[in-house]
Amino acid sequence: MASLTSAYPTSKLRAKPGLLERLDLPRRVVFVAAASMIIVVAMLMIFIVWQGTQLFVKDGYSLGAIFDAKWDPLADTPEFGILPFILGTIVVTAGALLISTPLSVGVALFLSEVAPKWAKSIVQPALEIFVGIPSVVWGWLGITVLVPFLADTFNGPIVISLPIVGTIFSMPGFLTGFSWLAGSLVLSIMVLPTITSVSYDAFRAVPQELRTGSLALGTTRWQMIRHILIPSALSGVLTAVVLGMTRAAGEALAVQMVIGNSPTLPEAITQPMTTLTSQITLDMGNTVFGEPWQDALWTMSLVLLVISITSVVLVRVINKRRMGS
Amino acid sequence: MTANAGSIGRSSGAKPSLKGKASRGSILADRAATVVLWGTGALVLLILGSIILHFAMAAWGVVSLSFILDNPSQTTLGGIMPVLWNSIYMLALTMLIAVPVGLLGGIYMAEYAGDNIVTGAIRFAEESISSVPSIVVGLFGLILFVDDFHWGFTALAGALALTFFNLPLMTRLSEQALRAVPQDERSASLALGATKWQTIRHVVVPLAIPGLITGVILTAGRVFGEAAVLLFTAGIGTPPHYNFMNLDITNPTSPWSPFRPATTLSVYIYKLNSEGLGAFKNQIVDGSAAILISMVLIFNLGARFVGRVLSRKLTAS
Repeated sequence: MASLTSAYPTSKLRAKPGLLERLDLPRRVVFVAAASMIIVVAMLMIFIVWQGTQLFVKDGYSLGAIFDAKWDPLADTPEFGILPFILGTIVVTAGALLISTPLSVGVALFLSEVAPKWAKSIVQPALEIFVGIPSVVWGWLGITVLVPFLADTFNGPIVISLPIVGTIFSMPGFLTGFSWLAGSLVLSIMVLPTITSVSYDAFRAVPQELRTGSLALGTTRWQMIRHILIPSALSGVLTAVVLGMTRAAGEALAVQMVIGNSPTLPEAITQPMTTLTSQITLDMGNTVFGEPWQDALWTMSLVLLVISITSVVLVRVINKRRMGS
Repeated sequence: MTANAGSIGRSSGAKPSLKGKASRGSILADRAATVVLWGTGALVLLILGSIILHFAMAAWGVVSLSFILDNPSQTTLGGIMPVLWNSIYMLALTMLIAVPVGLLGGIYMAEYAGDNIVTGAIRFAEESISSVPSIVVGLFGLILFVDDFHWGFTALAGALALTFFNLPLMTRLSEQALRAVPQDERSASLALGATKWQTIRHVVVPLAIPGLITGVILTAGRVFGEAAVLLFTAGIGTPPHYNFMNLDITNPTSPWSPFRPATTLSVYIYKLNSEGLGAFKNQIVDGSAAILISMVLIFNLGARFVGRVLSRKLTAS
């Protein structure tokens, strides 16, 4: 036996590393592949910042002229106030989140706390299909189903009045159906899978002991969800909402197709309006490289870039808090 | 111990309801909440069901073999063959670049990355690209490839922009698939004397194949439907009648060439809608959207099916 082991010295058992590996080539190659994302982001930032500041540097517009409500690129002295677009993006996104957050958190709670296995195995794949539906398809659904529905159903002024008190709420009706509400509704469905899946992960991350502990104290499931689960998972749900917000603010084609594209500040949810992304999509093809009009569009894309990078940092801050506490 | 046992004994004597804290009101609230939560789940299915039904009805009488295989026409319904071809072509071209780079990047993140500043920077870049709007990625492609490189609107510019946009997803899905391989497998391989790279190549990657393929298919589904990235990179013009016998890939008139504009199916839907011309516009868009949705369904179910079959095969052997 002893002679057998000595006939196969263990040192020879280790495979001889190939030449490539001795040069540490595999590690270098996979590193370059991963690090390529840093290069892409850096280049993207440099190019968009460069182009986005041309309006100030080359065309001599001041920052004050940009944050103005007047957008008139065809005037003798063109005005590029991008405030309507920024506000438009903000209100459409806010509307979408207002609709989508309760629904998405509800679906997440359903999947994590309530649903039996069979229901989960239907709803989860359904959400994955939602993610896959292209944005132009959502936009087309908005145009062919949602917009005509809104226009037909609420075409008169919408007034709520009570006896004695009188009118407590009034709003112009939908003219064409292309509106703030249509944009927010389409977006709310598009961000639903994002908010749902991230909140679902947050709920699943809550230790099982907290649930059983609460239930053992005699609380109902809903009391447990309200007083234990949601507070414990709050930072995760917040992350989900921020990610949904980023997606909604950056969505271009679906919104552009249903929002009506009028460069004014919206007065009511029934009115047409515009956003940063829709105006860029619409105007980019009509402008010439280097003219102030196009430079203003680049400035708008710089605003979008700033929004998205801010949200990345925001998510990190939220998560760091969670790790810290 | 004894004190505890004693107190339990005393309270059990008083015949307590174990759910003492739950009043009638809170039980009612609990029932209501359960109904509402089931309702949200049902709503998701209802919306998806009606969407599929809507497109099935809208596409009825539009989608046929000739719709898929014919060229677009001004006077009749025509077909969408060239744009469908472009979608498939762009998908192949993008995946040709994105899959290797994403897989290798995933290997680095799962197997090599230490807890240091470089890894932190890669993670930050990954998250940043994921959250940058697709239209901005498209505009980046417009400056870099179309203007600075003077390529004009080309399939290659579009495919590279799509790669940029989907690289984080592909990398993250690969990393997850590789991390899911149990540590024991690596230890066993290393204990047998294999080097780290041999372990990765012959043990970790083969075991991760079901997850990797799922990742590839999910990425492919996203690439197939993407339009905003392509508007200003691969172009939005009406495609010419392609001559598939022209195999010269350097010739911009060949449908095989990456140096030609390539309007895809998604972009075509956007274009038709914004131009709003043609008697058959609505039917063509309905039919095209139905095809896009079917592809999404196929990609999704395919990813699920392939993943399940492969993992069963691998775990059985």
